[in-house]
Formats: sequence, structure tokens, C-alpha cells
Amino acid sequence: MAEKVLMKGNEAIAEAAIAAGCRHFFGYPITPQTEVAAYMSKRMPKIGGVYLQAESEVASINMVLGAGAAGVRVMTSTSSPGISLMSEGISYIAGSDVPCLIVNVERGGPGLGGIQPSQSDYFQATKATGHGDFHMLVFAPSTVQETVDLISDAFDLGDKYRMPTMILSDGLLGQMMEPVILPEHKEPTDDKDWAAKGHQGKRAHNVVNSLYIDPKELEDLNFKRFEKYKHIMETEQRAEEYLVNDADIIIVAFGASSRISHSAVDMARKQGIKAGLIRPITLWPFPEKFIKKHVGHAKAFLSVEMNMGQMVEDVKLTVKDEKPVHFFGRTGGMVPTPKEVLEQIIKINGGEC
Amino acid sequence: MSKVMGERPKALLDVPLHYCPGCTHGIVHRLVAEVIDELGIEGKTVGVASVGCSVFTYNYFGCDMVQAPHGRAPAVATGVKRARPEDVVFTYQGDGDLAAIGMGETVHAAARGENIVAIFINNAIYGMTGGQMAPTTLPGQVTQTTPYGRDTSVAGTPIRVCELLSSVKGVALAQRVTVDSVKNVKAAKKAIKKAFEYQMAGKGYCIVEVVSTCPTNWGMSPAESLQWLRDNMLPYYPLGVYKDVGEEEAKE
Repeated sequence: MAEKVLMKGNEAIAEAAIAAGCRHFFGYPITPQTEVAAYMSKRMPKIGGVYLQAESEVASINMVLGAGAAGVRVMTSTSSPGISLMSEGISYIAGSDVPCLIVNVERGGPGLGGIQPSQSDYFQATKATGHGDFHMLVFAPSTVQETVDLISDAFDLGDKYRMPTMILSDGLLGQMMEPVILPEHKEPTDDKDWAAKGHQGKRAHNVVNSLYIDPKELEDLNFKRFEKYKHIMETEQRAEEYLVNDADIIIVAFGASSRISHSAVDMARKQGIKAGLIRPITLWPFPEKFIKKHVGHAKAFLSVEMNMGQMVEDVKLTVKDEKPVHFFGRTGGMVPTPKEVLEQIIKINGGEC
Repeated sequence: MSKVMGERPKALLDVPLHYCPGCTHGIVHRLVAEVIDELGIEGKTVGVASVGCSVFTYNYFGCDMVQAPHGRAPAVATGVKRARPEDVVFTYQGDGDLAAIGMGETVHAAARGENIVAIFINNAIYGMTGGQMAPTTLPGQVTQTTPYGRDTSVAGTPIRVCELLSSVKGVALAQRVTVDSVKNVKAAKKAIKKAFEYQMAGKGYCIVEVVSTCPTNWGMSPAESLQWLRDNMLPYYPLGVYKDVGEEEAKE
């Protein structure tokens, strides 16, 4: 049985990646994710790994592309503005079918925004991380332990589907300390037969590429990739349900805001309001199956987010017009309180607050 | 009795190249492939294609290839090399890619002494997009986006890449060559071979700048282009060795 240790979210991200067999990290400093890089810079040289501080996020994501194309398990971490800079590279990575892990410890935006926690990159992560038709697998942990567990899954699924994966964390989860049990260490593997790593005269050359001048060829490739995405949407949805089976009002919240919503649900239950929580763990694929199950008995849904209303659009697309879908959010680095969420629940339930 | 004097290098695949007639890309491709053959490294070489006319190099070289976003080839090559230090990694970049959009990645790969080779084609124009001003377009040179000639008071002055990189400590070799004559082609090959050998010896970042032509976008015949290169390009971009750690080591 592995030992339980107290770890900061960002450091746990780094240690979990190493445990998952990642030996290549490329990044650029940005608050509030810097501890990931600092931890990597300390650990990687000791275990024969590579930590490299790039000259920009633009460079670091392209180093990730190169190392991923060469077939190794590779990652980067950054915070919101850094993802904007990486979006070109992420599009190329997706278009070249290269697996890698990208961590976004979100902060408030737009622009330089602030350095306090936020969830305002939901659209960016799930809909439009870069140009062109593509998706990433996006995981949204809500505890340090879950962050650790999801990193291993993100690497494995990225390799399985040959696609980029993202851990969407935030400044709150990144900076908090919680007890964690770290997973058993996996040895790095080197078995990707498609990788550009030198053919040793034993096969035709491998080309890792996203350019297709013939539109038909490009369309066919996109069709093929979307067949894969369809399969992922059918098989990889994840969510946690809390007190939903008899719930009248179901909150949908992920990451840090789900923790607050969890407390609000408990408070509502104490007042006799049948509230429940669906916590998406995968944001793409969006866990619509988990929501659809409860559309029949729920009276209303409430999306709680640390932004101006992003995931609520997916909740609405899932619930359609069958039940009302409400939104409550704080933004700019402000974190909602359980009491604020409870007030929304009471209001939706028809009461005064 | 007929005798075969020259064959296609093994590292250059037997496929039609898409380059315009008279373009010097074909010569440089051949030189790189000959060097890979002579060093016997095709099986452990990974090339990084850039964006521009040379984007399709991944179809031409027999080694494994990765295609990089515009300007990012040095960063992609860094990732490949750090993942596979035993491999030989080269980029093949044009002037827009290396000296405009990718200057940051270029300078920093050089500053890290990244063990990669950059083959840099400088033909003073953007070829793939149809002849716009490049960072190396000469003062007064007419392009699609400098229709009255490059006015340096508005559009700045051309960048001499080898001179600039020669001041960067991580650079092992910075040499400018051209391929307008048999003599110069031979010298170019020697420089390219030295760059690959330096990488294999772990000496650091090597760049071979090849002053090249673009007959199509210059609006000249191939022969006129070579003459224009001699008359206009070479005075601004003098051939020579701008940095060579091997020579510096020999002196010490």
C-alpha cells in the first residue's frame, strides 16, 4: 500500500506525470502553475528525464510536438494566457495525431486578466483550442487525489487514441494542499511504430504531418478522426453523481466549483430541498449521458461555474427545452461561496432568499 | 562503354519534386541527401520540414520526418533531439520561416547550443505564397508587397542571419554558401557535411545558409537568376565562415 502524503496540487501534477512514465517536460513560467515546472526542474535531472524551459509557450508546445512525434511520453503545463499562445501548436499536434498532455491551471481572463482561480477557459478547452476541426480529451479533476489519478489516465488514453489530452485545473486546485496516495511508478515505454525516431533501415520513413493539399484527402482524414471522436463520445464520458436520484434541482459543476456546489447541496438538503450534483469529470466528451438520465425527474438544472456561463450551453444542449436550465457564476478570480449557490437553489425552488 | 557518373542519393526518394524549373532547392536537397548517405545516418536521422516552398521535404527525404508549424522548426527539432539524443536532427527552413516568424525559436535554439543542424535557404523572397517581401529582401528589391522596391525607411533592412548568429555562444558553425557554380556547390556540400559531423560530435547548433534563387518570383530565367544572385545577393550576403568552433579549437 502506497503511503499517503500531503502535496500541493501543482506538485502532485508533476509527480503523477513522472509516475506515469513521463520523462519529457517543456514549459514556460506563468502563475499560478509555476510549481509544476519548478518541481520538474528538480526531479527530471535526477531520473534521467528532460526538463527544458523554453523561450515562450509557443516554443514549448512545439517542443512537445517534436518529442511527441519522436514517440516519447511528453507534457507541458501553463495557465490560461499560455494556452492561447499554444493553440497553434495544439492544432498541429491534433492534426498530426500526436499524443501529449497539456495542463492548464486556469486563471481569470480575458487578456492578462488576473492570477486568481477561474474556469473561463471551458470554451477554449472543449470547443476551440485552435484552428480547424479537432478535439482534445479534457479532464476536470476536483481534488488533488483525482488530479493525480487522471494524469495517468490522460497519458494512457492519449496514447490509445493518438491525440492531445488536457487536464483542466485551476489556481485553487493547483495551490491547495491535500493528502494523496501516489500511484505505482510505470516505466517509460517506447513502442510507437508510427513515430519519427529514425527508421534504422528497417522500414519506410515515418512522416508526422498535418498538411494535406488535396481537399478530398483532408476531408477523408477529418472524417476518420471524427469517427474516432464519436467512439470516444460513446465510451469515455465520465461524471460523478451526488444525491441525484431523487433530486428536483440538479447542479452541474466541475472542478473547484463542484466542491462548492457539493457543500451547497448538503445545505439545501438540510433545509428539505431535494438538490443533487452532477460533476463532469470529462469536459470533452461532455458527460451528457449522466445528465440525460435525470432530465425526466429533475425540475430544473443549475450550472455553477467560475466564468460568465460557458458549460451551461452544453447543459442546455443536453436538457434541450425539457426543463429550465439556470446559470450562476463568479468570474475574474472570484470564487462563489456555498451560501451564494444555496441562494440560487432556493430561488429556483420557488422560495425567497 | 557507358558509365554511371552520378546516381540519385539513397536518402532522396525517387519521387518528382514540385519545385519550379531553375530553383536551387533541388540542388540543396541533393547535397543534404548525399551527406546523409556518406555518413550512413539515414536510419537515425529525423528531418523537420518547415512552412514555405520546402514544406514538402517530408515527401522527398528518405529519413523519418516531422512537419513543423511556420517558424517553429527549431523548437520541434529541439523536442525530437531531446527525446532522441542519439538521432541526427536537421531542419530545412526558408528565409521567412527562419528569419521572420521563427527568429525567436532560431536564436534560442542557437543560444541553448541545441545539437541540431539548420539548412537555411535564403532567396530573399516568400516563394510559396507568391513573392512577397522576406526579412532578407534586399533594399530596393521589388516584390509583390514592395511594388516600388523595398524602402528601408518603411520596411526596415534585411537581416544577415549568419552574422547575427555568429555572436551567439551556442553556435558551433555558421557558414554562408551558395550553389551557383560547381565550385560553390562543392563548398556548400562540405559545409553541410561539417554541420552534420559537428552535431554527431555534440558541438552545438549549426547553420548553413545557402544563398539561393527564386526564378519564378524574381521574374527571371534560371540563368538570369544566378547572375542576379552574384550581382546583388552576394555583395549583401558575403559567402564565408562566420563561426566555426572547430577552427577556434584548432587555434587554441
